[in-house]
Amino acid sequence: MRGKLLKFALPLVAFLALIAAGCGGGDNESSGGTAPSETTGGGGGGTLVFGAASDPVALDGALVSDGESLRVIDQIFETLVTLKPGTTEVAPMLAESWEASDDGTQWTFHLRQGVKFQDGTDFNADAVCFNFDRWYNFKGSFQNPSASYYWQVVFGGFATYDPKSGAPKESLYKTCEAPDPNTAVITLTSPSSSFLAGLVLSPFAIASPKALQQYNADDGSVDADGIFHPTGTYATQHPTGTGPFMFKSWTRGDKLVLVRNPNYWGATSDNPTEFNGKGAKLDEVIFQPIADNAARLQALQTGEINGYDLVEPQDIATIEGNPDLQIIDRPAFNVAYVGFNISMPPLDNPKVRQAIAYGLDRQGVVDSFYAGRGEVAKEFMPPSLFGYADDVPEYTYDPEKSKQLLQEAGLTLPVKIDFWYPTDVSRPYMPDPKRNFEALAASLEKAGFSVTPHSAPWSPDYLGKANEGKLQVFLLGWTGDFGDPDNFVGTFFRTPQLQWGTIDNNEMDGVQKLLEQARVETDEAKRTELYQEANRQIMTILPGVPYAHSKPALAFQANVSGYVPSPTTHESFAVVSVG
Amino acid sequence: MLRFVVRRLLLLIPILLGVSVLVFFWIRGLPGGPAAALLGERATAEDVAAIEHQYGLDQPIYVQYGKYVKQLATLNFGASSTSRQPVTTEFRQRFPATIELAFAAGLFALVVGIPLGFVAAKRYQGVVDHTSLVVSLIGISTPIFFLALILKYVFSVRLGWLPSVGRMSVLIDIPHPTNFYLLDAILARNWEAFVDVSKHLILPAIALGSIPLAIIARITRASVLDVQNEDYVRTAQAKGLAPRAIDVRHVLRNAMLPIATIIGLQVGLLLSGAVLTETVFAFPGIGSWLVDAIKARNYPVIQGGVLFVAIIVVFVNLLVDVSYGVLNPRIRLSK
Repeated sequence: MRGKLLKFALPLVAFLALIAAGCGGGDNESSGGTAPSETTGGGGGGTLVFGAASDPVALDGALVSDGESLRVIDQIFETLVTLKPGTTEVAPMLAESWEASDDGTQWTFHLRQGVKFQDGTDFNADAVCFNFDRWYNFKGSFQNPSASYYWQVVFGGFATYDPKSGAPKESLYKTCEAPDPNTAVITLTSPSSSFLAGLVLSPFAIASPKALQQYNADDGSVDADGIFHPTGTYATQHPTGTGPFMFKSWTRGDKLVLVRNPNYWGATSDNPTEFNGKGAKLDEVIFQPIADNAARLQALQTGEINGYDLVEPQDIATIEGNPDLQIIDRPAFNVAYVGFNISMPPLDNPKVRQAIAYGLDRQGVVDSFYAGRGEVAKEFMPPSLFGYADDVPEYTYDPEKSKQLLQEAGLTLPVKIDFWYPTDVSRPYMPDPKRNFEALAASLEKAGFSVTPHSAPWSPDYLGKANEGKLQVFLLGWTGDFGDPDNFVGTFFRTPQLQWGTIDNNEMDGVQKLLEQARVETDEAKRTELYQEANRQIMTILPGVPYAHSKPALAFQANVSGYVPSPTTHESFAVVSVG
Repeated sequence: MLRFVVRRLLLLIPILLGVSVLVFFWIRGLPGGPAAALLGERATAEDVAAIEHQYGLDQPIYVQYGKYVKQLATLNFGASSTSRQPVTTEFRQRFPATIELAFAAGLFALVVGIPLGFVAAKRYQGVVDHTSLVVSLIGISTPIFFLALILKYVFSVRLGWLPSVGRMSVLIDIPHPTNFYLLDAILARNWEAFVDVSKHLILPAIALGSIPLAIIARITRASVLDVQNEDYVRTAQAKGLAPRAIDVRHVLRNAMLPIATIIGLQVGLLLSGAVLTETVFAFPGIGSWLVDAIKARNYPVIQGGVLFVAIIVVFVNLLVDVSYGVLNPRIRLSK
């Protein structure tokens, strides 16, 4: 018996001793302090560990729309055009310059020379057209919005139309031609300018045609659940672009490792992009998935990670109070609004809409529920976007003026309105819909209204009802996908929509024309003016009242420098250094 | 015996069908769906319809269930709607993490719990006894996630002794032939990795093992108190055997039987506790996998994951039942 016990106990004791040894020795260097930032040879740039909210879905930009995939793809790949860091202004990347034909349907891109993919093949016009043709010819489950969401946002449909896929029938894309290796000509079926801003998106990054074919990017099967299983290894093991970092390894749930691209074209270029500069300063970037918000914060405090995104508003004070950590603000790129169905009486009367606008204590809500991360919205798009007008009509909280307007409209006070808010949801622009609602409703009650509260679960009920135009007054919002006003005011008002009651009510017809004109205008200055005018008209007609923009925050250790936050989260780790 | 095992295995079929029905209908009753989780406010009616059509969610629910069972019959668990990987592949990657964690937690519970219970029984009504009672009461009644947060705050954030997230430092690279990281480290003969993996296990194991520890300590105490008044113990004392020998050979050995029962029952507890522990420590096992899946309304993963867990719990219980017969021939397994 004793022998048996010993047999059992010995390995146990050995195991515990090992653990104890681990605890006792060298605990400072590996878990306390700033282990990840210690440099290890190579380019001398060290390693940055970034706490991601989840694993990426896949590293094929054309087939993803989630932020964690795009964050990694932004480091490995480059697009024809990019954004000037920190802004929504379009800037050169793989295309040095571009011009549109007079009718706005033919766009000629003059490509950079001497650029190579990470597998050593040449980047040229054929590679560009290979990528565009690949996207345009997606079939079957690739056409589902869960896969090619951004293609559909920017270009609409595909070469073949499958009514079951959910993709639109018409496509903005017509052809891509390569008259010479350094020129790619993209022809559209109708004039569009917002497509240029769309090309900035990582889903339109140019991938190595050789790698796409070699690693079977388009192979796979759809199972009974309708989910596409890639059988190729391109999107999980061999993503190949022209960017400053190269893919090294990916263990799901554990880590994804990128290494410096030693042959990055920008290093020897006289004219590198401002976005990626001369290439990566860091030797490695490691993305570690940590789903829990509190766990990400603690991992930053212990030094296990060097930074993370999507800091919770309540954690900001803790981080700012710690001298070893820093907060980086990302410019607001969203809008929360109180929407109206302007076909529903009494909202078909502009004076009633103005009365609501004056009766909403927007400043109070922003001050109370946005943890210092919010600003009062003046129009339906963020100030960082071109086309934002400073001189729109403003409606500062004034309950007396509201009552006066309602009386002028010939109504007896209090005026009854049905005010809706969603449950089971928290969005960056609307952290707590119920509390926003309560405060806004209370201020309306003081301004001559009698508010009947209604609520519904966010999805599918609330969004469904809003889309069907069943809500009279409602809370909603939007986060922008890319740096074009068409992605904000365009989505809301360019076409008549049930949500806003703009199908039965023609007050917004003028705005719709203006927004369509702005969408196809190829002259940037003229587009800006058109959007500014549209914003002025929208805020005069008042199909709703925008009330908040919120600024997301990133957190880093204090010794991380160079990170340039972008309103559209299009951010490069190449310009970042540690220590 | 064989008949018993076969019957219990056959019983698995109705159990799994029952579990699959419950999970299948429960998750579809939750507000929202995969389309909404995927697209948020971008979820236009058309996009939601297209995605639901693609996933077959626009069909009557009994048709969906029928299709699912048919698929299960061919041992196909479908693919994750977020990662697009087969559910079985993800399970194989993540299950070893949970086993490793549950094993470490169980080990912690046994190694601390049995001596604690034994000493408490020996010092019946003494200070140690009372202390152990209070400690185990706290252990049982403290929510795991709360204990996990406290441990993490004290030992990781404040003292910096132990890591707070993951299974292994991201700066260490070893191949993962088995996905049992301790084993992988041994196979790679990388002792730095072995120590690092062990350190990553300590806090989660303590958090997860706290309740089993308390239960084991209390059962051991009760069991030892029972056994040490048995006639054969008195006989051993009378014939002048050393107290130590009596404790080890007669008391502890006979007290082990109820403890063995309890250990079997703890497996379910360890697996359910893993859900919270793994989330707090960003430990990539089955628990955090299921939590992420529920957040994303990832139906195939929730369905498959819960079925796997059910199978494991059933098997472990079967194993425990069978082991009774082996440990103690007096117990007859019902026919």
